[in-house]
Amino acid sequence: MRALAWHGKHDVRVDTVDDPGIVNPRDAIIKVTATAICGSDLHLYDGFIPTMQAGDILGHEFMGEVVEVGAKSTLKKGQKVVVPFTIACGSCYYCSKHQYSACDNGLPADNQDIAQELYGQPMSGLFGYSHMTGGYAGGQAEYVRVPFSDVGPIVIPDSVEDERVLFLSDILPTGWMAAENAEIEPGDIVAVWGCGPVGLFAIQSAKLMGADRIIAIDHFPRRLELARKFGAETINFEESATYEALMEMTGGIGPDAVIDAVGLEAHGFFVDNVIDQIKKSTFLGTDRPHSIRQAIVACRKGGRVSMPAVYGGFVDKFPLGALMEKGLTLKTGQTHVQHYMPGLLNAIMEGKIDTTFLISHRLDLEKGPEGYKMFHDNQNEVTKVVLKPGSGLAA
Amino acid sequence: MPSDDAHIDDARLVSQKPPHDDAPPTTSKNLDSDRELVGRAVTINRPVAELYAFFRDFTNLAQFMENIVRIDVQDAKHSHWVVKAPGGKTVEWDATVTDERENESITWQSDEGADVPNSGRVTFRNAGARGTVVTATIAYDPPAGTIGKLIAKLFQREPAIQARRDLRRFKQLMETGEVATAAMNRAQFEKEDA
Repeated sequence: MRALAWHGKHDVRVDTVDDPGIVNPRDAIIKVTATAICGSDLHLYDGFIPTMQAGDILGHEFMGEVVEVGAKSTLKKGQKVVVPFTIACGSCYYCSKHQYSACDNGLPADNQDIAQELYGQPMSGLFGYSHMTGGYAGGQAEYVRVPFSDVGPIVIPDSVEDERVLFLSDILPTGWMAAENAEIEPGDIVAVWGCGPVGLFAIQSAKLMGADRIIAIDHFPRRLELARKFGAETINFEESATYEALMEMTGGIGPDAVIDAVGLEAHGFFVDNVIDQIKKSTFLGTDRPHSIRQAIVACRKGGRVSMPAVYGGFVDKFPLGALMEKGLTLKTGQTHVQHYMPGLLNAIMEGKIDTTFLISHRLDLEKGPEGYKMFHDNQNEVTKVVLKPGSGLAA
Repeated sequence: MPSDDAHIDDARLVSQKPPHDDAPPTTSKNLDSDRELVGRAVTINRPVAELYAFFRDFTNLAQFMENIVRIDVQDAKHSHWVVKAPGGKTVEWDATVTDERENESITWQSDEGADVPNSGRVTFRNAGARGTVVTATIAYDPPAGTIGKLIAKLFQREPAIQARRDLRRFKQLMETGEVATAAMNRAQFEKEDA
């Protein structure tokens, strides 16, 4: 089959590789009909994530048609499914609490060592996202092997177009969980750093959860425009001073809840960010966390900090004092996708959440490397690239 | 514990460790450095009786213990173990179950003349809604001393790592009915398993 594989920093290629097949009884094989490039794929593209190996197949946002099932899969051939990016067993203690991204059994035993050393305990597996998260082949391919297919994939009615439901795989539940972690109360003002897909879905979700006002922070005009479309007020941090603007816009109080949807590739030439970048490039390996620092400092006393943004390692000058002295609550984590999928599918079907607005480019899988380059180089215009194997779509 | 079990000797371990805390002896910073002692605990979301019965049938162990080629069960107490070693070799020994308490613990010890003299005990403790805490403690003489252990480490056959991984696989098998693998297909799986 054809699959998009990582070969190094800024080097992804479409290779011909072996077809996947059933290995374990609960597996299913999915023929991919649509798969998206995620902002977090750019972390791989930029070489920020360790334990990648040349030839690793990327992609953790995907959907398709069931073409083969193991003896214990509950799926049927021909069904249309969206697959969660987290690989979770459904039967451990954490899965029983719907904390799917903390699943004990999603990672192969040998791959659990790194996370055990780095984080204390290993987390769930992830598709196409380094060997630390399992080394599973991802969905930017013609076919994928999906483990635990009886608990992960959600079946979609045939009549529903792929593009409406594709983002159930990651970014929509991630944005929703970010808003849920912000514990929004009616009348709240919520500030969201980063108007990428997760930030934009967090904005929609916060609105549905009763936020009174939402303030979106970014520097790409196109993305701020989309945020405004969903009712957010905006701050362009290249034109306005973010902390000062937030304080003025909230009557000197600060936002009740803050959401960091930026993470380890925060842009902008702030002093702390530049220092982080120097350390990153000298392999000292600190993340680049400008947005989370700013969010914590801006947040009102006793407020909530939600951090869907991806961080992998260590952070310097983390404002722990502000977190403690102001009595803030910090909630974060990889998304418990399986928990949110059914409710969010209903929300899409009922027209409460708009998903297709995000897609700016559609390409054939063969054009995947171009898709990565354009997403990387032009984040203003390119809000989401969807790859469709066998579609013949060109840029 | 029977008095002839010289390998896993809680009393000796405890006496080496100042009794200042409640931590398990296997986590002591003052262990006897001549012998390797590995202890690992894992919580498995299944009832005690099910886990005990599965483990007690030693022919099942090769399903999750990566280095075991096979275990031939001779009778209720005696078995023959064939285990992978560095360099594509295998080591073998006969083992005797020296103590067993249904739904609580199984203790075994290698017989005289083992390639790698070793002993082990696995305990099962009811953890209520969380399932069962399974603890494996393995004591062994590393092959060819320190150098043997270094080689073993290179091959990732080092028992401390293996014990942890094996217990994870045991947990996966009992909780999910299968052992997680990232292999894309059967051919790749068999290549990795070899």
